[in-house]
Order: sequence, then structure tokens, then C-alpha cells
Amino acid sequence: MAAPQATSAPAWTPDQPIIRVKDVHKSFGSFQVLKGMSMDVKKGEAICIIGPSGSGKSTLIRCMNALVDITEGSITVENQEVNDPNLDKLKLRRKVGMVFQQYNLFPHKTALQNVMMAPINVLKQDKKEVEERAHALLKKVRLTGKENNYPGELSGGQQQRVAIARSLAMRPDIMLFDEVTAALDPETVKEVLVTIRELAEEGMTCLLVTHEMKFARDVADHIYFTDKGVIVEHAPPEEFFDNPKDERTRTFLGQIL
Amino acid sequence: MIAFAILMVAQVANGQAPAGDAPAAPVSEATTTAPATPLTVVLKWAPLLLKGFIFNIVISVASMALGTITGLLLGLGQISQRKWVAKLSWFFTQFFRNSPWLVLLFFAMFMIPFQITIGSVTIPLPDWFKAIIGFSLPVMANVSELLRGAIRSLPSGQWEAAESLAFTRTQTIWKIILPQCVKRMLPPWMNLYSLITMATVLASIVGVGEMLTLTAQVHAAEGGRPELFAPLYGFAGLCFFAYCWPISKLTQRLERRFNVKT
Repeated sequence: MAAPQATSAPAWTPDQPIIRVKDVHKSFGSFQVLKGMSMDVKKGEAICIIGPSGSGKSTLIRCMNALVDITEGSITVENQEVNDPNLDKLKLRRKVGMVFQQYNLFPHKTALQNVMMAPINVLKQDKKEVEERAHALLKKVRLTGKENNYPGELSGGQQQRVAIARSLAMRPDIMLFDEVTAALDPETVKEVLVTIRELAEEGMTCLLVTHEMKFARDVADHIYFTDKGVIVEHAPPEEFFDNPKDERTRTFLGQIL
Repeated sequence: MIAFAILMVAQVANGQAPAGDAPAAPVSEATTTAPATPLTVVLKWAPLLLKGFIFNIVISVASMALGTITGLLLGLGQISQRKWVAKLSWFFTQFFRNSPWLVLLFFAMFMIPFQITIGSVTIPLPDWFKAIIGFSLPVMANVSELLRGAIRSLPSGQWEAAESLAFTRTQTIWKIILPQCVKRMLPPWMNLYSLITMATVLASIVGVGEMLTLTAQVHAAEGGRPELFAPLYGFAGLCFFAYCWPISKLTQRLERRFNVKT
């Protein structure tokens, strides 16, 4: 999957962690959001990051595609150091797809055009080939028939699935999901989660910031719990939910479950 | 007679002069030396005055076109990531936006030479050309600010989504941000056009032969009779109203439609 790349970093091989987060700090002004977080993600893993609001979980995944610069520490994606002033951000972002809470579809473009825009403009791929792929992706997210609808004409769940298809059109190696169901009506949450679950089962490396505990339990390979800028505890889902070790985790799960 | 003239003046000024009645009354009293009625004066000069009005429209369209192009560039300059470009663009925008239009017109009239010579070719720069430049300056500044406002009104998620899809900043601006600004900018831009059209009469002060200049000349040619003042200038006012009011209605319609849709 990983295309050969001309970087000074040692070539990444699939047996190494695809994402390495080491002691990452991030401050906005004097406010410390991340106070030393570390994690390793293997290729094909589905990771759920949970925790109270303001615990830094969204900021953490935004650092992974350089939407947010980190203040201290190191993040590597396929051995590419993200905390590097000479980083080619665009190259990194071609490998890392991201889906947002507010969908952020381009409202002046149809569903199909939303999916096609990045491959055509960024990757300069052939329009016909991209269009075929876009149709296939919309079919995959069960939106056949909605190709020519504008985002404003789609429900939240449908928009979010277009957003997933739009990210997938770049053929990323990693997908980041930032509370993607938080803005959805309860009845449309499921259709989005089903789509993500299929992606994870196909072997896409997925990192989700989520409040969907049932989903985390069923789909995640590993769960990270964050609070006040640190990772309090991480474990496989059974252990995490059935036998949480830290008091803060127990309190959080007690409130939410 | 005087009472009648005043009545006529009022009616013409209101645009309600009943055409059929006009010749009837004065004819009975008219001698060979009696002055023409205000309405006949207006009708007699209408073709000339309308030509002047077309000139106003030409000036307004040309300065709007020029100002829009330069204004979009200046607006993009304001959001430039190069600090000095952004600062400079901001300064020019604020300067030209907060100067009286008449001052900018004088500025253009007296700062631009009456001709330029490139090699052996001498290009004259007539007054109307300088007027276009003069009016394009406030248009430029206002369009620049409109663009900046439209860009700022877009949710930041649009930038983030584009960034995370590996769009460059230039691609993001051209493919994603600007197309969404067009709709937001169109109604205020049309408003601005109305304003600049009405302001073109300022060019009469610097001697451009537009409608108001011609109106004053016609008035003088008719002996400067006080009772002609209101009909002649009323006619000019009516022409601008007939042109600008539909634009303003259309602007309101667009505003409503865009508000509903987004």
C-alpha cells in the first residue's frame, strides 16, 4: 500500500507502527492542551480515543495531519516526522484522510463533485477515472442516487458519508474521524458507524475520537482514555470497559454508561 | 400663469405631468414671445439629456468593472500570508474607503496627466477617462472589503477540509473559497453599483459632459429661468431613479433568495 517515497527518513515497512506519537505537548498561548501524550498505532488497527470534552483528544488527531502544529515532542506518520519545519504538509495529508464533526462538505458542489475535487485538483488524476471511482465510493457509502444532490439537500448522516467518501477518494493510508457522529440525529448515527466499521474491517487504519461507547467496544482494537491533556489509560476494549484500572476512567465510564 | 407654472413644476418633478393637458392651457395665453412651458422645454432637450445619461451609465459600468477587478486583487492581498502585502492592501482599502468620493475624483483629475507619451505614441487621457479612474478607486476599496468580509464569513471548516485534502492555499482560495464568496458578494456589489451610478453626477463638478453638466447648460441656454430649474433637474432625477430602483429591487430579491437557500 505504502508508495515508495523520496524522503530522508528511513523507509517505512508495514511491520513498524504506522503512527508513532511520542511525548507530544501542545499549548495554545499559555493554555496547555496536550501534556505529553504517547501512542503507537499499527497498520490496520482501529483506535478509539475517548475522554471528557476539553481533554485534548481532538487536538491530538489534528496534530497527526498537521492541521495543528505541536509545541514539543514527535509524531511520525510512516516514519515521516510531522514536527519538522521542512515537512511537506501536503504530502503528509495525501496519506491521512480526515472527517470532521461538521462534515465540512463544499456546499457549492454536488456530492459527486465533492468526492472528485481533491483527486482531480490535488493529485491531477484523470477526470474519467476519478468519476468512476467517485461513483464506486458513493455506492460503498450507500449513496447511489444522491450523486447530483448538493450538501444542503442531504441529511446529516448522508452528508457525513459523502465526507467519508471524499476522504477515501484520496486513497489515504490512515483515516482520522473527529467526533463524526456528534452532530448527527440519533437515527442517522448508525448508518455512519456502519460505514466506518466496514472500513475498519477492510483493514483501513482508523483513529476515532468518539463518544460512541458501544461502537468503541465492538470495533476498536485498542482504546485510549484521555483526560486533561494526558493519556490516563489504554487497553483493548474488553479490558478497558470491564476492568478499568484508573479511578478517572471508572468515574467517566460510570457517568457515560 | 405663474401659478400654473408652479403647478406644472410640481407635477413634472413628481413625474405625473399629464401629457395631454400640457399644451392646452398655455396656448390660449401664448404670444409669439411667450416662453415655452417647462414641459416642452424638457421634451425638447430630452434627447440630449438622455445622451448625457447614457454617458453616466458608461462611466458607472466602466469604473465598476475596473474597480471590481482591482478590488478583488486588493481583497486577496488583504488575506495574503505575506504580512507586508496584507498590511499594504489593508491600508489602501481603508484609505480609499474612507475618503469622500469627490475628493478621490479630484485626486484622479489632477494627478493623472492629460496625455501620456510612450515612445513616439502620444495617448491623450480625456476627462471622462480620468473620471472612470476616479470612481473606480472607491469601488476598488469597497469590493476589497466586501471580499474580505465574504471570506471571513465562511466557516473555518471549509479551510480545514480543504487543507486536510491536501489542497494548497491557492487551490483552496480559487476552487473552494472564492466560488462561495460570489453569492455572498453579489447583493452588496449591486448596491455599490447603484451608489456609484448615482455618484457619477459628481463628474459635472470637474467638467465631464455627463447628464448634470448638460442639464446645467440647457438651463442656461433657456435663459436660466427659475421655473425651469425643477423640471430639468427633476427629469435628471427621474432618469436615475428609473435606472437604479429596479437594481435595488433585484438586489433585495437576491438577498432574500440567498438567505433562504444557505
